[in-house]
Amino acid sequence: MKAKIIITPKKAVLDPQGKTVQTALAHMGYTDVTGVHIGKYIEIDLAPGTDKAAAHKALNDAAFKLLSNPVIEDYKLEIE
Amino acid sequence: MNFAVLQFPASNCDQDAVHAVRLLGHSARLVWHKDASLGDTDCVIVPGGFSYGDYLRCGAIARFSPVMQAVKQFADNGGLVLGICNGFQVLTEAGLLPGALIRNRDLQFHCENIFLKTATIDSPFTNKIPAGKILRVPIAHGEGCYFADEATLAKLKANNQILWQYCDQDGNLTDSANPNGALQNIAGICNDQRNVAGLMPHPERACETLLGSDDGKWIFESIFAALKNKPVAQAA
Repeated sequence: MKAKIIITPKKAVLDPQGKTVQTALAHMGYTDVTGVHIGKYIEIDLAPGTDKAAAHKALNDAAFKLLSNPVIEDYKLEIE
Repeated sequence: MNFAVLQFPASNCDQDAVHAVRLLGHSARLVWHKDASLGDTDCVIVPGGFSYGDYLRCGAIARFSPVMQAVKQFADNGGLVLGICNGFQVLTEAGLLPGALIRNRDLQFHCENIFLKTATIDSPFTNKIPAGKILRVPIAHGEGCYFADEATLAKLKANNQILWQYCDQDGNLTDSANPNGALQNIAGICNDQRNVAGLMPHPERACETLLGSDDGKWIFESIFAALKNKPVAQAA
């Protein structure tokens, strides 16, 4: 079992990496790109047979407390 | 006065902070991050560096070190806590200060002298800074851009919690004097109780003219003066 957590900067937060990459893409001719947002992807291995609902609850808590900073980031959690 | 300077894996301004406090005539000692107690302490300094390699986010992992529980309790009891650079990042991650420090807007690591304007002398960290004095102190960081949402920023302003702002040598808060893109040129803030403060610049590296500036000493002198007039906080 795996948990996947995608962390992205909040809309109101300056994202200089995203802006720089967007400019680079424009220079390469990708003119349809209207925004780039750079975040983090975290994969967490879970023991086989782990209770999915319990894992979801625990990892939500971990994502809020440690894996993301709610002041500047949003996250999405998926377990498969 | 007794200063406790925390030491995390990859702290690297811990010895500088100890040196600065001793140079200015007070005692300081290092407290290892695994210690659950601060011992006899009047003020805690969370020093600069790259605690835990800055993995995940700057300060994100250090805040879970056992010593941080003691720091939180010390702060809750009114004890003075100053976070410098990475220490500021640790204090925001720990929720002891509002907002967050994000990547510098130009993506560059800045290592240079900057000028600081003191926004208020109404705090234990600024009370001795001479009126109108522009402090010249170094910065050395890649993630020092202060961010807070609009509501938090409004609260900081309303409560006079902004302590220092980046300025030019004449004290003007210009965009070109802002090294990292921090909102409102914010270099340092305090909590609403005014006993916990953090700043990105390094006052401990500017306490003797041999190092190019001794302006940083005014921040330490402010702390000494505040401690003299204050009952001792209960160390955790």
